[in-house]
Amino acid sequence: MSSTATRSASSRTGSLLWPILGLAALLAGNWIFSPGFFHLEMRDGHVYGTLIDILNQGAKVMLLSLGMTLVIATGGVDLSVGSVMAIAGAVAASAVSRGLMPFGLVVAMSLALSALAGLMNGCLVVYARLQPIIATLILMVAGRGAAMLITDGQILTFENPAFVFLGNGHFLALPFTITLVVLALALTGWAMRRTALGLFLESIGDNERAARFCGVETSRVKLFVYAFSGACAGLAGLVAASNIKAADSSRVGEMLELDAILAVVVGGTTLTGGRFSLIGSILGALIIQTLTTTLYNLGLPPAVAPVPKAIVILAVCLLQSPQFRESMSWKSSQPKASG
Amino acid sequence: MKALRSLPLLATSLVFLVLYAAASILYPGFFAAQVFINLLGDNAFLGVSALGMTLVILAGGIDLSVGAVVAFTTVFIATGVGRGMHPVVAIGAAIAIATLLGTIMGWLIQKFELPAFLVTLGGMFFARGMAFVVNRESVAIAHPFWQKAADFAVPIGSSASVPATALVFVLTLGAMIVIAHRTRFGRNIYAVGGSLGSARLMGLPVAATQIAVYALSGACSGLAGVVSTLYTSSGDPARATGLELDAIASVVIGGTLLTGGVGSPAGTLMGVLIFGTLQSALVFDGRLNSWWLRIAMGGLLLIFVLLQRSLTRGSTLEK
Repeated sequence: MSSTATRSASSRTGSLLWPILGLAALLAGNWIFSPGFFHLEMRDGHVYGTLIDILNQGAKVMLLSLGMTLVIATGGVDLSVGSVMAIAGAVAASAVSRGLMPFGLVVAMSLALSALAGLMNGCLVVYARLQPIIATLILMVAGRGAAMLITDGQILTFENPAFVFLGNGHFLALPFTITLVVLALALTGWAMRRTALGLFLESIGDNERAARFCGVETSRVKLFVYAFSGACAGLAGLVAASNIKAADSSRVGEMLELDAILAVVVGGTTLTGGRFSLIGSILGALIIQTLTTTLYNLGLPPAVAPVPKAIVILAVCLLQSPQFRESMSWKSSQPKASG
Repeated sequence: MKALRSLPLLATSLVFLVLYAAASILYPGFFAAQVFINLLGDNAFLGVSALGMTLVILAGGIDLSVGAVVAFTTVFIATGVGRGMHPVVAIGAAIAIATLLGTIMGWLIQKFELPAFLVTLGGMFFARGMAFVVNRESVAIAHPFWQKAADFAVPIGSSASVPATALVFVLTLGAMIVIAHRTRFGRNIYAVGGSLGSARLMGLPVAATQIAVYALSGACSGLAGVVSTLYTSSGDPARATGLELDAIASVVIGGTLLTGGVGSPAGTLMGVLIFGTLQSALVFDGRLNSWWLRIAMGGLLLIFVLLQRSLTRGSTLEK
């Protein structure tokens, strides 16, 4: 962990450079090899096209990655987001199908429950001092079971127009999910950069003890980031349920926690915590989605898509590793003594 | 300190006994030698991969690739045998590939000080994707030798017999206990997991140990894939999704600390048996649904990590 300081210093200049280059390279490749990739057309007052699809389909991971970025900035990680998505979807779908309350209240209730689930993670990390991986693993294992309990193991379908609109509707000629992501990003960005909260997060991630000595209320800040990550996961869960007009507790959000973590790391935030970039994480999520869409367009079967993802992970890991940079540079050719 | 450290293992064993006794009282026929042996046989692929995971976690790492490597192994063997490869050759090649993948991940983690979490996540995506490259659908195995191996069982008394899958699990467990507690390599694992800096200062082969645990975990995942193929006589690229989490949960419930350095393969056996007992009880009951298994595992996980935390509070406060 001692290398964090030097690393964040070196990446201070242009931490967004690599994600932007990566996305640009992917888009350029598509521009050359797949005609029609950038084609957009208006139909019934809505814009359609591959680029719009990427934004729309990447929305869930983008929402997740916002909360995940803050958690990772404090040096933690949240494995439970996929299960929280399932819980939020299950709660909302069963509330809507009973028709007891207005949809606004259903959304508020689902998000509040998701935030509460996240807060439980936070309590385990802060008060029981569990490692974040384990604390959130518990909810990841049990949460999906709880979601299946709510829907009784069934796939619960719904027709509520407001709920269907959330993931399938259009706003300003674009899919409504894009508006959701932009709003969530703006709100989070504002809270992080216009208040001291972002600074607190980075100080905790860099050196928690020093932050505490400086008077940062580390416990409260950490409780907040886990609750926030839960709420983001809840919103993503509502979008996911709305997309298929059903709550599928056993499948929704499966493996999405890993995509969210990957998006954050690709976006230039290191897993050790400290400096973070919300825009970077959004770019990371877009890179993953663009890569997936590109592979579909090239005719690669969807099941094989994990292989290129693995290559991206490896490349990003190596790029962020000071040891790898050292061994690649000509100036210091001796490898660091180890073992 | 020694007594403190064996307390989680005792607690886990006690939980297993209580669960098994409760299930025996609730469900007639549960208290039978064959039911107990089936706990080992039915959960052998979880058990074998969890044993490999135990070594990695003891050394302070984590391996997320096990489920995907199991899937790759099953589909590789099934497809290979289907194309005329002899089963023994297919098994050998599959385990060799799994070990190689583990070694490469270990090397990357050690050499470039990359986060194990991310590298093995990459390994998971890679192995899962390659499983689908080998074959996109589930394949059944029809080979006389394979049939014989799958039906192989050692009879115990008149009413029970030990299937091949349970035998592999028990043999792997024995090997892991010997490795962890009776070899120099095992001591190095505990030392590296306990304190990397101290292990380095003592002149222990830190790099080799770190790479070796991932290689061994890869080999265990390969073997778990063989067991899974034996159990179902088929290979499936979509099999064992999320197995790594069940394995980690079993290891943690078995009393191994995720910070490394504390724990034992015997504890992992208990963790796997608890998982198996819960699962069998649900089957025997028939009224409860499968999601109760997940909720119960989550609850147990919570109880055990809190227990561990309260026991080790003094010694690991600084982490």
